[in-house]
Amino acid sequence: MTTSEAALPSTTLGLEPPTRGRGWAPAWMRRHNLQLWIGGVMLGLMVLAAVAAPLITRYNPTTPDALHTLLGPSGEHLFGTDNLGRDVFTRVVYGTRSDLTIAVVAVVAPFIIGLVFGIVTGYFGGWIDTIMMRIADIVTAFPFFILVISLVFILGNGAWSIFVAITCVSWVAYARLVRGEAMVLRNKEFVAACQAGGISPVRILLRHFAPNVATQALVYSMSDIVMNVGVIVTLSYFGLGIVPPTPDWGSMMADGQQFLAGGYYGLTLFPAAAVIWTSLALSFIGDGLAHALRIDR
Amino acid sequence: MLRWFARRLLLAVPVVLGVVTISFILMHLAPGDPARSALGEKADPAAVAALRHQWGLDKTLPAQYVSYLNQLLHGDLGTSLYYHTSITTLMAQRLPVTLALIVMSAVLASLISIPLASRSASRPNGATSFVIRLFNAVIQGSPTFFVGSMLILFLGVRVAIFPAGGYPSGFGARAWALVLPALTIALSIVPLLVRGLRAAMIESLGSEYVAFARSKGLPESPIRHRYVLRNAGISGVSILGIQVGALASGALVIEQVFAIPGMGSMLMTGILNRDYAVVQACTLMFGLVVVVVYLVTDLVYARLDPRARLS
Repeated sequence: MTTSEAALPSTTLGLEPPTRGRGWAPAWMRRHNLQLWIGGVMLGLMVLAAVAAPLITRYNPTTPDALHTLLGPSGEHLFGTDNLGRDVFTRVVYGTRSDLTIAVVAVVAPFIIGLVFGIVTGYFGGWIDTIMMRIADIVTAFPFFILVISLVFILGNGAWSIFVAITCVSWVAYARLVRGEAMVLRNKEFVAACQAGGISPVRILLRHFAPNVATQALVYSMSDIVMNVGVIVTLSYFGLGIVPPTPDWGSMMADGQQFLAGGYYGLTLFPAAAVIWTSLALSFIGDGLAHALRIDR
Repeated sequence: MLRWFARRLLLAVPVVLGVVTISFILMHLAPGDPARSALGEKADPAAVAALRHQWGLDKTLPAQYVSYLNQLLHGDLGTSLYYHTSITTLMAQRLPVTLALIVMSAVLASLISIPLASRSASRPNGATSFVIRLFNAVIQGSPTFFVGSMLILFLGVRVAIFPAGGYPSGFGARAWALVLPALTIALSIVPLLVRGLRAAMIESLGSEYVAFARSKGLPESPIRHRYVLRNAGISGVSILGIQVGALASGALVIEQVFAIPGMGSMLMTGILNRDYAVVQACTLMFGLVVVVVYLVTDLVYARLDPRARLS
């Protein structure tokens, strides 16, 4: 959050300054943009593990093994086994496939919708802008997770409902962000030059606005993925998201929680660590991207 | 000030209407028949038809909308299939619990964030700053329910200072039972609050009035308390107001984890029991709470910073 955003009153209903993954790293890290590298490596390791899952583990994530239940971490089972004897490491790795994939894919549609909406309203202004901002106000009047969970309930469980629900709600943040950027761009000299030169608005928007405003949205999308991971994991924790036995971090934590009091921390902590690892990686990347693209004012 | 607020109030009217409309549309997005889905696949067709009639699903869409508005204006939120009572009655018991939880979280979040932010702002590149940022990044990445269950495990079970869940009777016991859930929700917005406050404090520290105060020889501590903290506090109020949605989302998750009988757990049980009317009413109410909090925030903000009233 920049100072100007922090000092802004919420005179428009629901004005939510999008939080970018900025401001984490100290100066010495920024100098070489280390956070981008660290984040990239952290995320890269996860993606690699998810893609090469069958190669790095010889267990099946869903096959129970009644003889080896609730084992502690060992050479055989890196993270131990759960109450059904399934290898926790394997399930965490396969969980990346479902959770991270849905979280990343669920960013694409809101990104595009928000970009188009934001550019058009920011450039043209007037009544289009007024109507659009009222719609945005109404959507943001609902707490994010509450609207998403209600939509998932109405649409039914599963990945598709999660996509639709997240898209319906999270495009607004992109639209607001892009609109703000577009309104600044609109007053630049080069835009006036284009208009004077008789270039069509469509061409101006596509060639000049889109690339300029998309970088901001790209940086924001990193923290949006983090938010999506949180939503998916929470939905699954309550049994409303990814349907078991598909391995997923949220349902793993829900199952593991019953064994916390018995001292089996690993069942909850390892999937939780995966979630935290992912979001750390993404916020490093967001921070580094903002720095690399020189938009971390 | 009064005129400003009247205008601001008027602007909220279309938003309230929009919130009501979305809660209405929500019910009609369901694939298939909500009445059948609520009663189960093997339900008696006559019972389904009766429920359809009770919910007004046999009328045209505009007629349904008008009667929905009419019901709401009479304070009628419908009837819960699961509890077999009026939702308005249920809401009257549960809304105060959730509001108490949200207020307590906001207070705890400020108590945690202010020292962290001011520590971090005074030496932005120091080692403490680095640790605070790392703490923020980890907390922000942790799912709320996970933080909640860890707090239950360590402060509710291992060292049983707080109750591990539930909502006893009696004011003191209830307030005590809300501390751990409120702390969990508070932690979820601490990173945002610290970041916002730190930015505001750094800006304030670099401002001309602070430079002037220093040059006339004021010691550092009154400068920090009277000038920096106060000015940063104003933006803190607006950040807290904006984050009420996050607090409400937190309440939804945490009430379920801690078995607190508030509106969040009501919505969650509504979802788990396919109680459509309850889901609709809770979604609507959460939306309205946020709109009201935004209004109050604007009012407080305008009171603290007269410049806001000019726009």
